[in-house]
Order: sequence, then structure tokens, then C-alpha cells
Amino acid sequence: MRKASILSVALLCTYVTSFGQGGFMDDMNDSAATKKKEPVTATFKATRIINSSTVENLAHGVLDFRILHRFGRVSDGMENFFGIDNATTRIGLDYGVTRWLMVGIGHNTLGKTNDGFLKVKLLSQKAEGMPISLSYMAGMGLRGDKAPALPPGMDFLFTNRMGFVHQVLIARKFNSKLSLQLMPGVVHMNLVDSSKDDNTMFSVGVGGRYKVSRRVAITAEYYYRINNADMLAAGATTYNSLSVGADIETGGHVFQLFFTNSNGMTERVFINQTTDTWTKGHLHFGFNISRVFTVVRPKEFKKGAADKW
Amino acid sequence: MDINSKTMKRIMLIACLLAGVGTATRAQVYMARTAHVSFNATAAGSPEKIEAVNNEVASKLDKATGRLGFQVPVKSFKFERALMQEHFNENYMESDKYPRAEFDGMVSNIADVNTNNDGTYNVKVSGKLTIHGVTKEVSVPGTVTVKRGQLVMSAKFNVRLADHKINVPSVVADKVAKEAVVTIESALNVVRK
Repeated sequence: MRKASILSVALLCTYVTSFGQGGFMDDMNDSAATKKKEPVTATFKATRIINSSTVENLAHGVLDFRILHRFGRVSDGMENFFGIDNATTRIGLDYGVTRWLMVGIGHNTLGKTNDGFLKVKLLSQKAEGMPISLSYMAGMGLRGDKAPALPPGMDFLFTNRMGFVHQVLIARKFNSKLSLQLMPGVVHMNLVDSSKDDNTMFSVGVGGRYKVSRRVAITAEYYYRINNADMLAAGATTYNSLSVGADIETGGHVFQLFFTNSNGMTERVFINQTTDTWTKGHLHFGFNISRVFTVVRPKEFKKGAADKW
Repeated sequence: MDINSKTMKRIMLIACLLAGVGTATRAQVYMARTAHVSFNATAAGSPEKIEAVNNEVASKLDKATGRLGFQVPVKSFKFERALMQEHFNENYMESDKYPRAEFDGMVSNIADVNTNNDGTYNVKVSGKLTIHGVTKEVSVPGTVTVKRGQLVMSAKFNVRLADHKINVPSVVADKVAKEAVVTIESALNVVRK
């Protein structure tokens, strides 16, 4: 009993004297915000590198209206005004459903394709601990153009119009300038040009960005096709997709300008049906424009929240 | 009851009194972990509002000496538009490089504030304000409202972005003001552990 009392007094004294150690500013450091391991932000400037999805999601309640443009071949010269005369376009809407789920729909002039996708953020790179960000992207495209010439006796079914893509996006922001992303994936087309071709095609993409200034980054992405690399698309040889460009941020927007040998903007087309090649100078100039709208305001900006304190 | 145990009781009593005195001194330090800082840097005529709030600010006041500190985690500023928030962190505040804004200073007339007497007291605060890694001496008037032992400190002042080397590109010069109006409100309580 006595020992216990002495001990408790001793503990109390130790407790009292231990207070006030350290600098005046230092013991504020354990505030809720700094203590939790912060996720690394802005691995990429946008939700796309060039054609490929990035691990970046739209914030919850943000609607993104996107206009993507790929001009014709620069190598066409004056005849088609260096490609300006022949353009393919995708108009789309993306939406951030939650912090981790993003969905989008779009319409492509190429193949009159309607597409939709969803992207789920599974892992976030942290300053300490988790070294990578990881997302899963699944998409579907529905061609709307006329039925191709089919062997006699074969019907062009509605399902023949469909193509699917699944990708795992693994990214790491190495420092404030350099971010790289690895994109293993699979594309399945319900109908391919030739019976020799596989319907299911595996590929690995790599992409990245390097910031050259606070508002400009150089971007690039490349896809290596693991099988079916010799497939033809409408009778033409297909090549691996390579795109090189720049992200330019002008206050409220990110403009993406680039050269690519792909004129399609859905994975089925740019990964597996790219019929132009850099080696022959068959390049397309392209740009992505995005305009974001805040549909659901953050809780700090809900009506009346500002008056609360 | 022998003499030893009587002595022991006295020792314990003295120890407890001393501990009590210690606690009384300790009560001079006030803290808040969820203080609010907001700013408005909207240029006149700008079509969109450039404003943000931060509810994760730590603040500390030593009532005995008047020393006052604020620590603001820059990434905790919330904007209405997510893209603006990203650009704020990436391009203007460089919050990976400078994760915290800080104030370390003194309330020069802290003796005027009577914590036993509810009411609002005007105070003068001056010290070092560090934003974007650049420290500047500032002097700001504010108020302390005492209410049942709690101190609510409020202040409103302007911060020139150029003073802290925060560059505003010319394309958004018509949207981002040269000075941000900063509002602080912090409800401090006596530190208890």
C-alpha cells in the first residue's frame, strides 16, 4: 500500500516535470494532418498521359468534359495540309463518383465507336511506406459503323461490335519531376479481321512524365504487344503505339499536345490497331482539352459551411 | 500508526501540493489542434473565387509569456475546385518542398487578457510569418475572447504573395489578387494530458 502510494507520487512528479520539454513550436507537430502518412499527390497532371489512363482520378464530384483530337498524318504534306484536313475526334465526359472510383463515356468519330470505362484506385503511393500507386481500369467499346465484309454464311451480330480492355496501372512518382507508369493489360475483340488472329491480345505499356518547369512537362508512352503483333487492321500492317508530347498548364487547364502514330483514342484501336509508324514519318499531331466542373462541392464549401465558424 | 507512516503522509501531502503547483503553472499553456485558417485571394472582377479553408491548423499560446505559435499544414487547405487545390499545392505553394506555413511570435499585451473574466480583449501580435519557405516579420491586430476558460483568438490580415515569393503567372493575374486576405480563428483550451 505504502509502496504503491510512493510510486504514484513519483509518477505524478515525473509527469509534471516532463512537461515543457522541447521547443515551443516543436510539440505542435503531431497535428492530425501531419501525423497521418500523406499520400503522394500529382503523380501526373491529368487523368491521361496521352492516350493511356493514369493513376490520377478526378476528385469526388468533379465532371470533366474532354475533347480529344488527332489530326491526319503530318507526312501527307500540303495535300491534306499536313494532316489538318483529316482529323479523328473523341468527345467524352468523365466523372469522379468517389475518391477512388471514376467513370467515363465518350463517342469516337473513328469507327463511330461509343465507349465507356471505369477506373478504380486501389493503392496510393505514400511518402513513407507504400512505394507505388495502383489502379485498375476496365473499358468497353461499341463500334457503330457498317458491318465489314464477312465470309459467306456468317452473320454480323451485335456482339461483334464489342471490344473490351482491362489494364492494371502501376505508377510511381520518383521525385517532383519524374513519374513513370507501367500498364500491363489485355484487349479482347469479339470480332477480328482474320481467323489467324487471336481475339485476346496482351500488351504492356510504359509511360511517364518529366517536368521541365513548374507548368510544363514532357510526356511519352509506348505499348509493346505480346501476341498478335502481326495482325492486320483493315488489311494494313499494325505497329506498336508510341506517343511523345507535352503537358502545358495555363492556370485553370492542362493542355496536352503531342505527336503519335495512333489516330484512335480507345485502347482497342491505339494499342492493337495502329496502322502508322514513326519510321515512315506517319505521325499525327494531336491534343487533349479538358474542362472541369465541380458538380458536388467539398463539404467545406457546402452552403452555410462558411458561416459555421 | 507508527511515526514513519505519519512522516510518509506529510511527504505525500507536500509532494501532492508541489504537483498541484506544477499543474497550475502548466495551465498557462493553451493549445488548439483544429484551428481554422482561410484565405481569399480573388482579384477584383475575377470570374472565379480563389479561396480556401483549412481546419487542421495547430496553435499554441503561452499565457505567461505571451508567446504565440501557429502551424498550418499547407496541403490541408480545401478549395471548392479540386484542380485549383492541386495547382495551389503544385505550382504556387510547392507544398512538397514547403509542407508547413508557420507563425512564431508574441502577444505584446498578453497581460491585458484576464482569463478569469469573460469578454473580448484587443491584442497586438507580432512575429515571424513563414510561408512558402520565406520568413517575414509581421505585426497584426487581433482579438481574444475569453469564455469559460476557453480563449478564442481571431485575426484578419493581408499577406502580399510577392513577399513570400509566390509567383502568379500573367495569364491568371486577372484572377489571383496580389494580396490574400487571411482570416484566423482558433479556440484554445488549457493543455491537459
